[in-house]
Amino acid sequence: MKKVKTLILRTAGTNCDQETAHAFRQVGSEVDLVHINALVKDKKILSKCHILAIPGGFTYGDDIASGKILANEIKSKINKEMHAFVNSGKLVIGICNGFQVLVKMGLLPKLGGKSDFQIEATLSLNDSGKFEDRWVHLKSDSKNTKCVWTKGLPEIIYVPIAHAEGKFIPKNRSVLKSLKDNGQVVFRYTTQDGLEASYPENPNGSTDAIAGICDPSGRILGLMPHPERHVSFLQHPNWRRLSRTDKRLGIGLKVFKNGVNFAKKNL
Amino acid sequence: MTVSDKAIPIKRKNIMKYVRIEVKDRENIFDAVREGLKKNVLDLGIKTVKDAEYIQVYSLRGDFDSGDVQKIAKEILTDMVSQECSFPKPFKAKKKAHVVEIAYNPGVMDPVEHSTMKAIEDSGIKGISSLRTSKKYVIYGNLKKKDIEKITDKLLYNKVIQHVVKTSEEIKPLEPYNFERVEVNILNANDKDLKRLSIEGQLYLSLVEMKAIREHFRRIGRNPTDCELETIAQTWSEHCKHKTMMGAINYNGKHFKNLLKETVMKVTRDLNRSWCISVFKDNAGIIEFDSKNNICFKVETHNHPSALEPYGGAETGIGGVIRDPMGTGRGSKPIINTDVFCFGIPDAPISKVPRGALHPKRVLKGVVSGVRDYGNKMGIPTVNGSVCFDERYTGNPLVFCGNVGIMPKKFSTKKVSPGDLIVAVGGRTGRDGIHGATFSSAELTHESESISSTAVQIGNPITEKKVMDTLLKARDLELYDAITDCGAGGFSSAVGEMGEETGADVNLEKVLLKYQGLKPWEIWVSEAQERMVLAVKPKKLKKIMDVFRSENVEAVVIGKFTKTKKLRLYYDKNVVADIDMSIIHDGLPKITRKAVWKPKKQNKGIQRREPKNLTKDLTKVLSTWNVCSKEWIIRQYDHEVQGGSVLKPLIGPENDGPSDASVTRPIFTSNKGIALSNGINPNYGDIDPYWMAASAIDEALRQITAVGGDLDKVALLDNFCWGNTEKPTQLGGLVRASQACYDIAKVYKTPFISGKDSLNNEFNMGKKTVSIPPTLLISAIGVVDDVRKTISSDVKEVGNLLYVVGKTFDEMGGSQYFAVNNIKGGVVPRVDPVKSLKTMKALSAAIKNGKVRSAHDASEGGLAVCLAEMLFAGGYGAAVSLKGVPREASIKRSDMLLFSESNSRFIVEITPENKKSFEKTMKGIPVKCIGKVENTKKMIVTGLNDKEIINANINTLKTNWKKPFRKLMHEES
Repeated sequence: MKKVKTLILRTAGTNCDQETAHAFRQVGSEVDLVHINALVKDKKILSKCHILAIPGGFTYGDDIASGKILANEIKSKINKEMHAFVNSGKLVIGICNGFQVLVKMGLLPKLGGKSDFQIEATLSLNDSGKFEDRWVHLKSDSKNTKCVWTKGLPEIIYVPIAHAEGKFIPKNRSVLKSLKDNGQVVFRYTTQDGLEASYPENPNGSTDAIAGICDPSGRILGLMPHPERHVSFLQHPNWRRLSRTDKRLGIGLKVFKNGVNFAKKNL
Repeated sequence: MTVSDKAIPIKRKNIMKYVRIEVKDRENIFDAVREGLKKNVLDLGIKTVKDAEYIQVYSLRGDFDSGDVQKIAKEILTDMVSQECSFPKPFKAKKKAHVVEIAYNPGVMDPVEHSTMKAIEDSGIKGISSLRTSKKYVIYGNLKKKDIEKITDKLLYNKVIQHVVKTSEEIKPLEPYNFERVEVNILNANDKDLKRLSIEGQLYLSLVEMKAIREHFRRIGRNPTDCELETIAQTWSEHCKHKTMMGAINYNGKHFKNLLKETVMKVTRDLNRSWCISVFKDNAGIIEFDSKNNICFKVETHNHPSALEPYGGAETGIGGVIRDPMGTGRGSKPIINTDVFCFGIPDAPISKVPRGALHPKRVLKGVVSGVRDYGNKMGIPTVNGSVCFDERYTGNPLVFCGNVGIMPKKFSTKKVSPGDLIVAVGGRTGRDGIHGATFSSAELTHESESISSTAVQIGNPITEKKVMDTLLKARDLELYDAITDCGAGGFSSAVGEMGEETGADVNLEKVLLKYQGLKPWEIWVSEAQERMVLAVKPKKLKKIMDVFRSENVEAVVIGKFTKTKKLRLYYDKNVVADIDMSIIHDGLPKITRKAVWKPKKQNKGIQRREPKNLTKDLTKVLSTWNVCSKEWIIRQYDHEVQGGSVLKPLIGPENDGPSDASVTRPIFTSNKGIALSNGINPNYGDIDPYWMAASAIDEALRQITAVGGDLDKVALLDNFCWGNTEKPTQLGGLVRASQACYDIAKVYKTPFISGKDSLNNEFNMGKKTVSIPPTLLISAIGVVDDVRKTISSDVKEVGNLLYVVGKTFDEMGGSQYFAVNNIKGGVVPRVDPVKSLKTMKALSAAIKNGKVRSAHDASEGGLAVCLAEMLFAGGYGAAVSLKGVPREASIKRSDMLLFSESNSRFIVEITPENKKSFEKTMKGIPVKCIGKVENTKKMIVTGLNDKEIINANINTLKTNWKKPFRKLMHEES
């Protein structure tokens, strides 16, 4: 059977590369951790992969704004290759800082699938004004979205967030409306019982409690929470309270499995 | 001639040399910076502020055109979705606006400059030669000049590193340095001159030491150069040499040749545990983890810098301690951070804060932000910590930072050989942090902020992260033979230590500088951050440089190790130092210090009638600064990064209960883990430092036991923070604490593997000097065989039985109960290590066998707080009776039983079916079943008199426990 290859992009300040690599490896993908300099030097590397993952961290210190400098670097140095990669139907996932990068280079939400990346949203400073680490409940709308990464997820999943700039703000109302109409809103913060969330369940004050979105094709996913930090039950903050049947896998692993399985079948 | 050959001048519009770009959030966006500022202004008692704006300013110089500026402003610096920008003119302010702009002082590093320049260059704009940032605050409202000054001074800037920008500030380029050989006339100096030289030169050496230096140079018949004198002062500083603790002491008639060796270090030698790989030698102590890996652990303080500039001081504190494991052996990968702070009272009225000291709340916020930003950006989880409060820490807070690293066993050693190249890697060298090593031995005064401002630095975690990433690569390729970090004393200390056995030649002009103008000695002792020093074989140089270059890390050869046993420094071929390594490392004169200790007389009884109902007292104790929830701090640390934390600092179904030790699983494919804890209680030190030390050890070990760790493989770290130990009574306390370390740890069979001391923690207010309470932090690290068997402290199921483990004594001295009721004196908690070890071993065994559902150690606030925390963390109530709780016969009062802080005690939760086997395992240990977990939200305690003495709703207790920080930070919900 075909081996799926995932490229995890690194640069100064990336720090969730190891756990992201572990998640992809666990579901059978080969993983290459590639520094942006190496990719700029040999741009062909990208086309040899099926999945591009931009992991969490503080690339370039979150200076100017989180994700901005790496987004600018990708656009300035490997724009053509990025377009080619996305246009060939390959998969992209951006987690936390990776999501910030995707939004700030215009690869998300990519309304109407325009080939030229437009900036239509942003992620800015949490309403609490500070970095926060907490576990959150996410409602995944897997029925109404084309997102290939979330197929078959239970309605509510439990994963941690850890960020200072995660407040999702669409450029205007029509962007928000399109996001909803297109089924691009993949994850929303919610309460344990699936009700509307306010702080701290919505940890950053995101518009419409949006935690993650995909592009219209469903192949590019960006989210603030960290599914790669819940790939084993031991990472659950209260695994000691779980029943025996719940002590199997971490729910976040399913996201990576979906991506890799899709790549296996379609790419 | 074709057209294309003709040189057509490219038409550029509006060539510019300078532009200012301002960026702010759009008005319809909720700006947390603005809202936070408004709340903080209210704290100052200024109620007339109507609104505020926060504007980020970028000032660019170079050669560029208006098109470039458009692109820079709109595509790079401004988020056009949520922000707007203005250039070249500033935003128009509305009426009644007070504008304050803050910028870093020249020479203070601003990490944003570098990354922003990179972004601009990435975009293809090459004409920017320099970029500075500043922060502009626009404050609206009816405010007097005095109010604005107060806001500026208390909230917006710190003059140690920043200044208020006056109109049209011109930044003068720094003058280049022209070499000049400087000798210090010491041969003809009399004692008075020597004293003056020590003070004015910020050497902070004693007269005896200055005389020893004079003797040495008289022997060789010449004066020292400035570099030589600085090198000796730095190496001989208390910070680097630990001359008090490693020195001779006469204590109550008993003579110690070397206090540390005869107490703390002797434990390790006597125990001789096979799993101790490297102790008190390298930058961190190393123990064995599994068959392939070792782990190392280091904790140290960064107190004086944090007092002056809390953010930068704490940042560089954690940044510095992370470099220790990075520089241990041939380098380990940092995997865990831990932090312990001691602050003044954070809601103290401003009038109570002495001149020259920052308000404790400001210190707290700055320190937490510094540790948060650096630790999080390094991608290292902060999983454990503690915070203590006492008025006496106001002028001299304590900031302990710790880091654990993991390394393949073969990288646990290092070796420098003559001929190896000295490679400096990482951050550039600047004037920041000069005299940090010597300054740390000075007393803080209200003038410290102006005298010692160069001793404070701002860190750049991303530089350190890059260094770490590439060093681990280079290590795995075995491209270097030895490594150490540049900490206190900079290159002087790093190269001096590495070359102690060989000798070293260094060419100081090769060092990469942040800016020009540094003198050779400044380059040599600068403590600029994020630098490491390596010993590299010449044949491996190209390869290692390639590794660094591939990820934009700067590295340069600055010299080589020799076999001369001399330290020789050059600047452009001029010799600026030429001294024997032996004078640096062994020349320190030995003196005997005097120490005395007299036990204080303590009244034993409680001068308070026993209340009939203790609910109120429990509530009060839960809302003391020392006991209350530290969630506001903990949440700001990333405790999940690297994916290894399997027992987190916040626990229970609502993830807000307090945890004991943390447990980390560092390798994804293994269930082996690391338990980490801290023990500290300065309250006991006022009564007797001996029992404070014993209690700190017991507390750290209790926490490891409570999560299911096994004391068979636990190592300890010591961190002594004391006042001025030139005072015999202060030193007497230090000796007693050291003796306790030996007596207690020896019985527990837990060796010390590393430690640090910070003496002279005093704040001088003119006539009065305030000393910190004697403070000993004990950090413990243990290897856990199977993390799946570890437990947490939140109660799990209704119907389970609750047991008290361990005996309670009449030990109310230093207790929180006494503190809230303003009762003085009392007997301080003691430790019987033989009995305690038996208790802990039995409990460990019970947990390992799966017989215990939850366990929590009793510390501050005693059994009452212990039970309350277990209940509100787990979300269930309980009904318990104090009758039969193991206790000293003289205890007749329920309040004593509930609030005494006796050591070696736990409350544990057992399922009814495990009752028998648990009791069997605990045979011979004082235990008693006190009641059950109930499906109520009530904590009900029946006292020794069979009457209900506590009846409280657990949610109310929790709210009160959370209240102090919520109120302080205006987060009341």
